[in-house]
Amino acid sequence: MNVLAKTLGFSVALVIAFGGVAYVLPQMEGPAPEQHVVNLDELTMESFVAMGEDLYSGKGTCSLCHNALGRAPDMLALNVTVTSLQRIADPNYEGSAANSEQYLRESMLRPSAYVVAGFGTKGSNDTQSPMPAVDKAPLRLSTLEVDAIIAFLQDKDGEPVSVPLPVATAMDAPIAEVAASAVPQGPEELIVKFGCTACHAVLDSQAALGPDLNDIAGRLSAAEIRESIANPAADIGDGFIVMMPEFPAMTLGELEMIVAFLAAAGEAS
Amino acid sequence: MMAFITPRRIRRARQSAGFLATVPMLIAFVVLACGGLATQVSAAEGDAAVAGVSADEHDVAATTTVSLSPAPTPQREDYPTIGASSRGIVWAIAQMHLFFGALVLAVPIFVLVIEIIGFRTGDDRYDDMAHEFMKVSLTAYSITALFGGTLALALFLLYPHLMSYLMTAFGSQVLVYAGLFFLESMLLYIYYYGWNALRYGNRKWLHLTLGLLLNGVGTTLLVVANSWTTFMMAPSGVDPETGAIIGNIWEVMKGPLWNPLNLHRVIANVAFGGAVVGAYAAFKFLSAKTPEEKAHYDWMGYSSNFISILAFLPLPFAGYWLMAEIYAYSQQMGILAMGGILAWLFVIQAVLICTILLAGNYYLWTGMARSEGADRYRWAIKYIATVLILGFLVWVTPHNVIYTAAEAVKLGGGNHPVLGPLGIMPAKNIAVFLMLICTFLSFQLYRRADKVITVSWQNWGNALMASIYIFAIANIIFAGVYYGYFTNTVYKVGSSVIQVMSTVVVIVAGVVIDSLRFRGAKTLHVSWGKVAERSQYALFALPVAFTWLMALMGYVRSSVRTHWHVYTVMPDTSADNFIPTLQTVGNMVTLVTLLFLAFLLFIFWIANLSGTRQLPVTTDAGSQREASVA
Repeated sequence: MNVLAKTLGFSVALVIAFGGVAYVLPQMEGPAPEQHVVNLDELTMESFVAMGEDLYSGKGTCSLCHNALGRAPDMLALNVTVTSLQRIADPNYEGSAANSEQYLRESMLRPSAYVVAGFGTKGSNDTQSPMPAVDKAPLRLSTLEVDAIIAFLQDKDGEPVSVPLPVATAMDAPIAEVAASAVPQGPEELIVKFGCTACHAVLDSQAALGPDLNDIAGRLSAAEIRESIANPAADIGDGFIVMMPEFPAMTLGELEMIVAFLAAAGEAS
Repeated sequence: MMAFITPRRIRRARQSAGFLATVPMLIAFVVLACGGLATQVSAAEGDAAVAGVSADEHDVAATTTVSLSPAPTPQREDYPTIGASSRGIVWAIAQMHLFFGALVLAVPIFVLVIEIIGFRTGDDRYDDMAHEFMKVSLTAYSITALFGGTLALALFLLYPHLMSYLMTAFGSQVLVYAGLFFLESMLLYIYYYGWNALRYGNRKWLHLTLGLLLNGVGTTLLVVANSWTTFMMAPSGVDPETGAIIGNIWEVMKGPLWNPLNLHRVIANVAFGGAVVGAYAAFKFLSAKTPEEKAHYDWMGYSSNFISILAFLPLPFAGYWLMAEIYAYSQQMGILAMGGILAWLFVIQAVLICTILLAGNYYLWTGMARSEGADRYRWAIKYIATVLILGFLVWVTPHNVIYTAAEAVKLGGGNHPVLGPLGIMPAKNIAVFLMLICTFLSFQLYRRADKVITVSWQNWGNALMASIYIFAIANIIFAGVYYGYFTNTVYKVGSSVIQVMSTVVVIVAGVVIDSLRFRGAKTLHVSWGKVAERSQYALFALPVAFTWLMALMGYVRSSVRTHWHVYTVMPDTSADNFIPTLQTVGNMVTLVTLLFLAFLLFIFWIANLSGTRQLPVTTDAGSQREASVA
């Protein structure tokens, strides 16, 4: 019995210790994309661009490869309009796009039409792209979703958005199904969307990496809050360092919603 | 009847072994071909019945017409529920089935090898040990079947649409699987219960053949079941647009991930099985009352550890092939596993693999006490231990985890200026390959500990071996640093190939050089049983870590499908179609590991019970006594 107790105790303690490691690591869930209904009559270009941004990092999973790690061209670091035109002019280009918007759409629907040197499938001599066609499984983005991503990519560079805003026509149903969480409904969702809760104590978050935002209104005016979000490096709180990123894709409407929420929360408290 | 081993018999044994080695493959091909044929014939017959023409004429059309219904697309409300998480239920049962399945398929593989060694050397200890290993495996076999049946019921109850689709895809192959299970059962029982009846002479040949057939059927069972798993990950033989089954059974089975998974699971099963029977031996060693018993179970524990670690060493290479094929099939799937939300699980994997390596090495170091010649090599242990500890620390160093603003200020950013570079894959690759090389070095030193080399070129041999180590280590570090930090990401993967080859060269060269050096070597006395009791706890750490690791990596493999039952063709719209948090994963894996330990305890108890015999009631004392006849 003594041997049994010792060996069993040792084994169980080890099992639990391994389980404990899972507790000290960051906790994230990977939700499956859900279908939400969007009323096209109420869709604005700002919310359409925001939808595109969510699709870029969410259902579309573009950011999984198109990031600074070099797995695929970093779309956020380059001007997609300028780059698209350069690619169309490249002698190796075999697609049929005539402008930036068409090139972006083509690169999502037929990724192998032009493969950037060094990013082709292994052994294909850069003739085949490892990127899946976004309108096919497993992504299955709709035409509207593809357009939203194009709108986001154009807008983030400050270029005019050439994709027309989808409208309900007599032939189409007035409602389209798009990806989950595509259009944040209020400031709370925007705060979550832009990742403020990762560093700041706000909403349900108790994070202490950045200043507490629950009582920010007591320390900063609405104008100062706006400035802190638009230009994070301008004024750093005591005891903190510059870590907060800029939000080039944040629309003016979204910025105002967040500012109003934070300022009002302070007044309420 | 007693038979004597003669050189002629050994030659015949070798020739027969060469022929018999092809048997498992032949069985696999015949059985699977029957499954494929059966599916095609049934499809053709169905079509012919409708059209009123012969099946032969419609052989080709049958496979396309009959199976053209698309993959089902159930909605959330279509999934039956029983008040608990369906995924949780299936997860736990499937994992238990896999644990026991791995054990019962792996043990006969190395048991057969041990039996052949015993036959060739004429040493009955090998035969007895192999038989005892099988005793542990036998009870596990029934439990495997029970969990397998429960799993099938749970899947049909909770995921009827998925099972309907899979049945359409695999057709009568599942009946072939069931038939194989019957065959496996018969062979297993004859192999175990016929052990002593078929122990010597020509009868031993019959027994070895039975063992080979048992392994052939068992491995075929494994690869058949693997085809279901890999079909769900990377479906083949289907219409990519609709999911309709358009290929024959071979096309459905032979997906891009099938063979990599087959290889990975066979190797991993042997490592896992060796570790489990090692724990049995350790338990018996600690409970032993006599020096003879201690010596027997010490030797058994050593053999188990040897099997387990030997199988474990090539496992990363098989894992590398599997992951490379996953990347080739879908870069998105590969990145999700290695660089996406699942990437954090590899920190836990690092802890588990380091535990395995440290436990395996520690057992070898303490085991050196058995041999009087070990003092010659003891100086090397502290250096090997240092590399293992440093490797472990590098492996668990995360890239960017900061908790408070104060910590961030001290660090000067999100990544530590010195430790930050250790958080990325190239540093971890260097660490893991150096740890594997050090583990092999421990093995090499242990094997040399009880020998005095007599060949004339022993110094040259030593110099050659040392040169190979130095070159391989330099190569691993250079490839990791250069490709990992001074080239772009595309070339980082290339460094792994160089590192894998360097490690393989060390292992192969070590085995070849040592086998030549040991010719005519003087063997020193080894005192089995004279080993510190604490060393036996390493034999418990191994199966615990292996079990946890198996459940964890199984989860990763399954989760890369994300919200798809069958990737890209049948979406998972159930309430559980999300990737859970690490805590949830950790809790589930801990739960199934504890459950497995509980069942393992039961198996050990049963195995022990079979060797216990009650003595008759004595009239004077009026009490019953028990005596062990084991």
